[in-house]
Amino acid sequence: MNGSRVERFTDVAIAAFLWALRIAVILVVVVGSFLTISQGRFTGAAWIGLAIDGLVLGSIYALIALGYTMVYGILRMINFAHGEIFMAGAFGGYFAGVFLAGAGILNAHPVLSVLSIIVMICVAAALSVAISLLVERIAYRPLRNAPRLVPLISAIGASFVLQYTFRGFLGPGIYAYPDIDFLATPLPLPFDFRVRDLLIIGSAVVMMAGLYLFVMRTRYGTAMRAVSEDRSTAVLMGIDVNRTIMLTFAMGAAMAGAAGVLYGLLFRQVFFFTGFVPGIKAFTAAVLGGIGNIPGAMLGGLFLGEVESIGPILFLDGFGVPSTNQLKDVVAFTMLVLILVFRPSGILGERVSRQRA
Amino acid sequence: MQKYMRWSAILVVLMLVLAACQSDGGGDTSEAPSTDGSQPAETEGTANEIPTDELGVVEIPEGDPIHLAFWGVLSGPDSSLGVDAQRGFEIAIDDRGGELLGREIELSSEDGLCTPEGGATAAQKLAADTTIVGLIGSVCSDETVGGIKTITEAGLTTISASNTRPALTAEDRDETFAGYLRTAHSDAIQGDVAAQFVYNELGLTTAATVHDGSAYAEALQQVFADSFTALGGTITAQEAVDKGQTDMSTVLSTIAASEPELLYMPIFTAEGGFIVAQSGDAAGLEDVALMGADGLFSTDFLEAAGPNVEGMYLSSPDFSAFGDAYQDFLAAHEEKYGEPPLQVFHAHGYDAANILMNAIEEVGVEVDGTLYIPKGALREAIYATTDHEGLTGTLSCSEFGDCSAPVIAVYQITATEVGPPPVLPTAPIWNPPAE
Amino acid sequence: MTTALPPVAQLTAVAWGHVIRTGLIGAAVAVYACLVGIVPTFHERPMIQGIISLGQTALVLILLGTGYLAARRHAAGLTALTAGAASGLIAGAGVTLLVIVGQLIDLRAVFSPASPALYDVVTFELGVAGAWIPAAFGIGLGMAAGGLSLLAPAVRRSIVNGLLAVLLLGLFAGLLRTPMLGSPLGGLARLLFASNGLTIAGAVISFVLVTAVSHVPRRVDIAQPLADLPAPQRRLLTLPFLIGGLILLLVIPQALGPFFAQVIALVAIYVLMGFGLNITLGLAGLLDLGFVAFFAVGAYTVGLMTSTAEYGLLQWPFWAAVPFAVILAAVFGGFLGLPILSIRGDYLAIATLGFGEIIRLLAGSDLLKAVLGGPRGIVNIPKPISVPPDHFLAGPDQIYYIALACAAGVAFVAWRLRASRLGRAWIAIREDEDVAEALGINLVNTKLLAYMLGAAFAGLGGAVFAGLVGSIFPSSIDLFVSINVVAIIIIGGMGSLPGVVVGAIFLIGIPELFREFSDYRFLFYGFALIAMMRFRPEGLIPSTIVARELHGDAEPEEPEEPATGPAPSAAAS
Repeated sequence: MNGSRVERFTDVAIAAFLWALRIAVILVVVVGSFLTISQGRFTGAAWIGLAIDGLVLGSIYALIALGYTMVYGILRMINFAHGEIFMAGAFGGYFAGVFLAGAGILNAHPVLSVLSIIVMICVAAALSVAISLLVERIAYRPLRNAPRLVPLISAIGASFVLQYTFRGFLGPGIYAYPDIDFLATPLPLPFDFRVRDLLIIGSAVVMMAGLYLFVMRTRYGTAMRAVSEDRSTAVLMGIDVNRTIMLTFAMGAAMAGAAGVLYGLLFRQVFFFTGFVPGIKAFTAAVLGGIGNIPGAMLGGLFLGEVESIGPILFLDGFGVPSTNQLKDVVAFTMLVLILVFRPSGILGERVSRQRA
Repeated sequence: MQKYMRWSAILVVLMLVLAACQSDGGGDTSEAPSTDGSQPAETEGTANEIPTDELGVVEIPEGDPIHLAFWGVLSGPDSSLGVDAQRGFEIAIDDRGGELLGREIELSSEDGLCTPEGGATAAQKLAADTTIVGLIGSVCSDETVGGIKTITEAGLTTISASNTRPALTAEDRDETFAGYLRTAHSDAIQGDVAAQFVYNELGLTTAATVHDGSAYAEALQQVFADSFTALGGTITAQEAVDKGQTDMSTVLSTIAASEPELLYMPIFTAEGGFIVAQSGDAAGLEDVALMGADGLFSTDFLEAAGPNVEGMYLSSPDFSAFGDAYQDFLAAHEEKYGEPPLQVFHAHGYDAANILMNAIEEVGVEVDGTLYIPKGALREAIYATTDHEGLTGTLSCSEFGDCSAPVIAVYQITATEVGPPPVLPTAPIWNPPAE
Repeated sequence: MTTALPPVAQLTAVAWGHVIRTGLIGAAVAVYACLVGIVPTFHERPMIQGIISLGQTALVLILLGTGYLAARRHAAGLTALTAGAASGLIAGAGVTLLVIVGQLIDLRAVFSPASPALYDVVTFELGVAGAWIPAAFGIGLGMAAGGLSLLAPAVRRSIVNGLLAVLLLGLFAGLLRTPMLGSPLGGLARLLFASNGLTIAGAVISFVLVTAVSHVPRRVDIAQPLADLPAPQRRLLTLPFLIGGLILLLVIPQALGPFFAQVIALVAIYVLMGFGLNITLGLAGLLDLGFVAFFAVGAYTVGLMTSTAEYGLLQWPFWAAVPFAVILAAVFGGFLGLPILSIRGDYLAIATLGFGEIIRLLAGSDLLKAVLGGPRGIVNIPKPISVPPDHFLAGPDQIYYIALACAAGVAFVAWRLRASRLGRAWIAIREDEDVAEALGINLVNTKLLAYMLGAAFAGLGGAVFAGLVGSIFPSSIDLFVSINVVAIIIIGGMGSLPGVVVGAIFLIGIPELFREFSDYRFLFYGFALIAMMRFRPEGLIPSTIVARELHGDAEPEEPEEPATGPAPSAAAS
């Protein structure tokens, strides 16, 4: 086991390996993009369409990512069940939407449609918050002082419980979201941009701005930041830590619930497994932006959405790779790994303790 | 600690006793010692003689039921495919008063999840249960691809009511398919009918296809593409999606960029629903016609796809060509389940079940109250089926396991079917011209 | 947790707040079990033929539990009975209310199991006219539970043992009956078991017998004299048990038939992988959520080298391919490990999770279809040992023995490694990376070794799995495989080899035996994970090293920082 020579060798090997990795990735990206663009299979309009898709999807990721990032910032814990909170929101919005459609309100007039969507978002957020608080109370709070792996496993358990509870309640079938005709109206722009896209991006921006102001400007937000900075000192300062943590979960869940409705409106469907993949993606977005960092989550979400949407075609189509859309998640996860290797603090830098082990 | 030891000691002893008993007793259903003869023993007419069979004999003690099993997808988004075929099986059992050779019929089922892995797992469970006499299934061709080797090696024989991948009953299939037959049509026919419809009837010359990587979809879209090209059409893109994929925007953009007039998507409920629902939003796909196949012929799909599904074409067996007995079947179905059939393969399930049960009646021998069913003879009896008057036509099994009498037609989804509540179209809009 | 109640039976007056709260929780649990579909689905299976189904048993257990929890802190007879009956009534009334509400409004729009069939189950086929039945049962069962809490602990334990025996025998009736029928025990099997579930006679006999047996020998306590013996003699005494256990392991598949062999073969494969991850996670503390990637490498290597079907390249025998599978998996682990092992903690978990997903997606993609077969995978992988169909090794038995042998080998390696210098280096890293580095341990090298070893064992697991199933598909390379293995280690006990075995039996074996309820598999799985973390985070069989490190502290050991520690940062300011 002795031998600094061995160590020096592995150090050099690792450095060389990382450099080779860097060069390979850059080569794929540059050459692939060049080839794809020079082959000209995709028109400018197609690229704009993909970019808009990415922006819309990215806004939804960003909204979910906020919940991950806030909870991680305050408890240093990956809330693995957050994707399920999002799914619950999507179902809440679905039932509200079906009720409104049945009452003949949903499609009666554009104004009523928009109001209905606001109602759906509120119902979804309420359901998500309720479930999130229940999960926090039962699965997380008793473990708050336990070692890190313990709440993570408990969160994985909570994720299963929520998924399969919804499956038990609602069956394994796919529920088609009620259709809102008004959302498909194109806007008078030189490219294809519909009311739905505007609505999703717009409401995501409004909610994220609201959350940011809440965290930065209000007393409760200050308390949240204080607890995330140093819990024991925060207690000494007279902050009710339990309430603050619950508030953090509730805020994140409300965002996820709203995101669930937007996701449903975008993809028209919801079923019990809806939350899993977007949940992992949103966590990726949070890490990309720098975990614990609220603007970072927003930026990470948008970035991930764009890379997912444009990346597979731009980087890979030129090489003649078949069915590039299958590799969308490969591109996303590769980016995650690369960011973790080369810039572990994310795009904007993380805002939690450096001493995380 | 000591307490556990005491209990585990008791357990050890029990196990040993059981193991010992097993080896003496031979087990109620273990294979009878095989004779060196390669032919299964002739069983007809020879009363009071215990049959032997190189694939083994299922022994059913007095009072025990005959155990039949259904395997195939019964959960998840594609469950209606399996439930539909299984209901055909159940009605066939009811029509015999739930009895065969004077024994009660016990029906169990294994879920194959519509994946090759699920099929492999289900097949292993079935092969491990030595009380099982015969099988109906699988539902998705993938399940057969994954599981058939295990089933054939266990000496079992299965009849599928809904596998349509051509290779499963092709002339060059290998010996692992010896235990496999089907009453469903081969997609060599369905894909060709679809191509004729699109090129000759709709007059379209460009088309794109999507498959989900499943054995069924991949083969069917290829048959369609080949036939369509042979007729003079052009395939602009052949794309793939993953099972479980929800965001179809990228694949739809890629397809739109190739500018087809029709999108042929012979896939299953979940991904099919996502594609149809999102196709309305993709720029450049507004005027592209959509066409699916029998895998999408269900109310679950209509429900999942939403209003965009209006105008879509679906190919499927032609119910109007089924015999009069089909009306009785529908009445029995309505009475038993309180709803019309969910998918297209219930009648095929009914026919498959009857072929299986007829063959069991033919080979079963009762000696001293114990019923013996030789597995190899059963397999041969099924292959020997000729001119079986079924719901789907007059069926005869080929040496490669094809027992189907395919009549394929094209249906179109109109506002009536979209609902709510969604219902299945009842009359085809187009039949292929007679040869 | 609002009012501090005495932990044992001391209350002389009924603590109504406690009773009502317990009753309401019981009602919530009972209604949840109905609406999530557990009760109607489990109703399909009889528990005691003609008397009670498994679904109804679930409700009975919930009501009994509610009554017991409410009653056990009450000392006086009448108060305990009152407390039990009252909380049982509340819990049962919850179900009654559900039946009544369900008759007034159709709940099926949201709760699909809330059908008339469900109401028939809970009212014993009486429908709404029998809505009072659950509440009445609640009173009766609650009172019974109250009575139970008053009995002397020894008597209570015996009765509970008897009830447990009835429950277990009823659950495993099908499994036990089939092999018994063919043996001289057939008559006994017919007496005890119906075609599924127990007969009435079987239930009574097993209850009386087990209650009696577990009550009587309590007087002859062999534990104490045994513990007093000197160590060598004690070892000599435990030797028969070890040999017995070994024989048991070898005869299980023969005794219980091919279905059971199949299940335990799968358990053995997970044990094998669990031992592998135990090095990575249990010793070195690296949380790897992408373990399935190496499993995939092993399985696909074997598939490509041995398959006789379309994508098979070499048609080698299984055994020739296994070493390549293991080596390739280790090399793969090295390549993946190099860039990411400098990442710390949770990020490593997420990065490895990403790897697992990348491998799965690539295996199923059109890109590699020409090589790996795409979603249809590689089929016709030959069995490791080719024997005629009536040989005792023909079925899944052989895979069980192979997996068992591999697991034993891996266990030996893991056990020796833990005691080695390398093992201590791993534990040092797990405890504190910075300190370990200061002590002269090369972090990257040491971690890389742990990672590669874990990968090699996963590759072996994948190879055996390919032999078991006879095929390999991208859908087998599921994130759930990784999570299963992690959960096995956590539930069994970090760093504990027997723990891995127990964890695999609980998480893989038991659910496989109840495949007809597979819809609820992950629901119970989730509840089990949460409950374990809450009540026994150190695992079912904690490792002795962990216990020693804890100095007898019941808290589980963990490498990371104390969660409450100061976290100096510039959080979102």
